[in-house]
Amino acid sequence: MHKVNVEEYKGIWVYAELDSNRNIVGVTKELLGTAQKLSADLNGEQICAVLLTGEGDTGELCKELAANGAHKVYVVQNDLLKEYSTELYSKVIYDLVMDKKPSILLIGATTEGRDFAPRISFRAYTGLTADCTELAINEEGLLSAIRPTFGGTLMANILCKKTRPQMCTVRPKVLKRPEPDYSRTAEVETIKAELNPADLKTKILDFKPYQVDTGVRIDEAEVIIAGGRGLKCADNFAVLEELAREIGGAVGASRAAVDAGWRPHSEQVGQTGKTVGPKLYFACGISGAIQHLAGMTSSDVIVAINKDPDAPIFQVADYGIIGDVCEVVPALTEELKKLKASTGAVS
Amino acid sequence: MKIVVCIKQVPDTADIKWTENNTMIREGVESILNPFDEYGVETAIRLKESIGSDVTITVMTMGPPQAKDALKKSLAMGCDDALLVSDKKFAAADTWATAKTVSQAIKDHVKDYDLIICGQYAIDGDTGQTGPSVADSLDIPQVTYVKEIVEYKKENNSLVVKKAVEDGMQTVEMQLPGLLCMLKCDYSPRMPNIKGVMKANRAQIPTVGLADLNLEVDQVGLKGSPTFVAKSYRQPPRTQGEVIDQGDTKANVNLLIEKLRDKKVLVS
Repeated sequence: MHKVNVEEYKGIWVYAELDSNRNIVGVTKELLGTAQKLSADLNGEQICAVLLTGEGDTGELCKELAANGAHKVYVVQNDLLKEYSTELYSKVIYDLVMDKKPSILLIGATTEGRDFAPRISFRAYTGLTADCTELAINEEGLLSAIRPTFGGTLMANILCKKTRPQMCTVRPKVLKRPEPDYSRTAEVETIKAELNPADLKTKILDFKPYQVDTGVRIDEAEVIIAGGRGLKCADNFAVLEELAREIGGAVGASRAAVDAGWRPHSEQVGQTGKTVGPKLYFACGISGAIQHLAGMTSSDVIVAINKDPDAPIFQVADYGIIGDVCEVVPALTEELKKLKASTGAVS
Repeated sequence: MKIVVCIKQVPDTADIKWTENNTMIREGVESILNPFDEYGVETAIRLKESIGSDVTITVMTMGPPQAKDALKKSLAMGCDDALLVSDKKFAAADTWATAKTVSQAIKDHVKDYDLIICGQYAIDGDTGQTGPSVADSLDIPQVTYVKEIVEYKKENNSLVVKKAVEDGMQTVEMQLPGLLCMLKCDYSPRMPNIKGVMKANRAQIPTVGLADLNLEVDQVGLKGSPTFVAKSYRQPPRTQGEVIDQGDTKANVNLLIEKLRDKKVLVS
């Protein structure tokens, strides 16, 4: 078994992911919040954010990373890094890891993070735990990564004892986001990256953003109205869309509804779709298969509407109404509209 | 063109039940070809059909001897040959050791491949890490979260694919040799026909073990795995709340609204 001198490895790193508008994504902030707790349990070990971008000012981004908990930011700038690529991002982060030797490297379990993290861990011959939902430091000072397996039926507690860095990808929306403190500052170190365009073996030819009917994206929504097999057909999702418009939510779907072709994959909630954690989650005509529950049980409040009183979804719901979705949901929208008309607002 | 499809045989997670002390009850749990890998097999066959002649598809898996069933299913669907990578010493491998073993088997026994196709996840482990790790081990590019292959460009020796990202669909061109991780596609995997099943039943599937691979014993299985499962447990379930039953729908939804307002979760 491969081993390294673990004493040489210090510090907690968080990969700073940017969205297409160059904003720091939510999971990066959640990871910085958790890194603060891990750091406290490791005698204040330094928290570093790793930011890869094209040329241009990064002052605001570094300020945001500091406010969320980074003590230091490594900024790697090169116009070849303006857009994400597996090849160059893996190379840059791997080289930086080999040079600076962090003890822990945390990455959001996004399509981007899950794409490059396994390449870095393989190259470094170190352990990577996928899609974690909880992180802690154990009594030996090791990172204890907790993740669901077998479709969410079993939780596994995973350690990386002899190699470094201890790597994890962590699900968005599961860890708490920290209160940003803009009085904090971070040391910024700019890294020169020697990159060769010939190393790029993939090229993005086209990008089509998903159409969002209700104007709210499911992974950013505070309220999600999700539908499943109980909707019976694609057209019936209109009642969910109407409720979503009424209360400013997004429409989601179970795997059954996506597999039936009623909704796009981008709206799928669950193990093989998106993990969501809104304030309020409506499960409409969704039976509550374990794979679906794995993607939504961290919601603050869950409402289940289903004809079948024995549907497993009722076992996780705070409130349940037994009835036909196509009757209950329009009634709910109707009553909310009336209330709005009489009081001017719902809440 | 030579295509390699990497598959895994998995327990059907929908059937899984656990004992009090968290061991899996295997009786009554069916072993299936991982659904994402089934789309991988289907996609490979479709690519072969679209290119026409001169394409071979090798399906391979690392697993116990009974994983041959999943290979036979893939042969019955239309793969040309199969390879089983199996050895007791490979047991309890994490994604690192699995990727090391699979990629070495490809290097030593498949050689001049152009395209490797994996499923994005296996439904038992759900890591999605083995595919990209195999690509890294072989030093080839990858595209993950692939929904479909658009075309093979012979003049560039490249593949154009659709990739699902957080907020949309990308069209990506990848140089070959390369690796794809497949999501479920908009088409369904085919059912094997009688002729395919008969061919698969007759097929002799070669098995390679540690001795047939250019690997050390401490690079495989539990010994070669950098991660260590300290413990596993079942998640404490979220507790059931209340069922609202006031007799009619209007009264039910009004009580629901009242409760949601009390919880301050209705935003608008």
